[in-house]
Amino acid sequence: MKKTVLVRYFALLREQRGLGEERVATTAATAGELYRELQALHPFSLPAERLRVAINDAFEPWAAPIRDGDAVVFLPPVAGG
Amino acid sequence: MDFALSPLPLDPVALAAGLADTRAGACVTFEGRVRSLNEGRAVIALEYEAYGPLAEKEGARIVAEAREKFAVLSIACAHRTGRLALGDLAVWVGVTAAHRGAAFDACRYVIDEVKTRVPVWKKEHYADGATEWINCAPGGPVK
Repeated sequence: MKKTVLVRYFALLREQRGLGEERVATTAATAGELYRELQALHPFSLPAERLRVAINDAFEPWAAPIRDGDAVVFLPPVAGG
Repeated sequence: MDFALSPLPLDPVALAAGLADTRAGACVTFEGRVRSLNEGRAVIALEYEAYGPLAEKEGARIVAEAREKFAVLSIACAHRTGRLALGDLAVWVGVTAAHRGAAFDACRYVIDEVKTRVPVWKKEHYADGATEWINCAPGGPVK
């Protein structure tokens, strides 16, 4: 079943996608599946192994389920300080 | 304030004043500044981008961990967002404690964890016109 999620992009992923956020209709069951779907559509250079996932402003594992209305962020490697 | 993001310049004097406490025999502060050279390349400016809600949550978690681990009185940390020039203050950590050992240890813990865990990204602008998101180059380390 299709659901709609809000995907937000930061830093390198934002530039590679060309926008800061979008609504995505998806059948992905997990965050990992959703990233694979998006990778097939956009020139994302970072493999999932180098990213973290947040759903609704909390870190989650790649196997976390995606639900209709979720806000999903794929986080590139951070570099604060 | 435990941890805050700021789009405006950080004022270390005002930040340290927030830690005033007559029980404190020690106050350790750390200033992370924008430097002109990184891995041999001449840097002219930096941009920090943050995932605000999660950055503030993770920053507050780090401060709470440091409070658990070390005998401190108070801890505060502030991180810039936006475009910074050479010499600008990018991150500030301040810790008060009865004694200096715990203050140094907690300050070191907070800055080390912030650099690797808080969702803030740094884009360097180089003198030759190139730019780079730090830690995001192809073939970089898998976390």
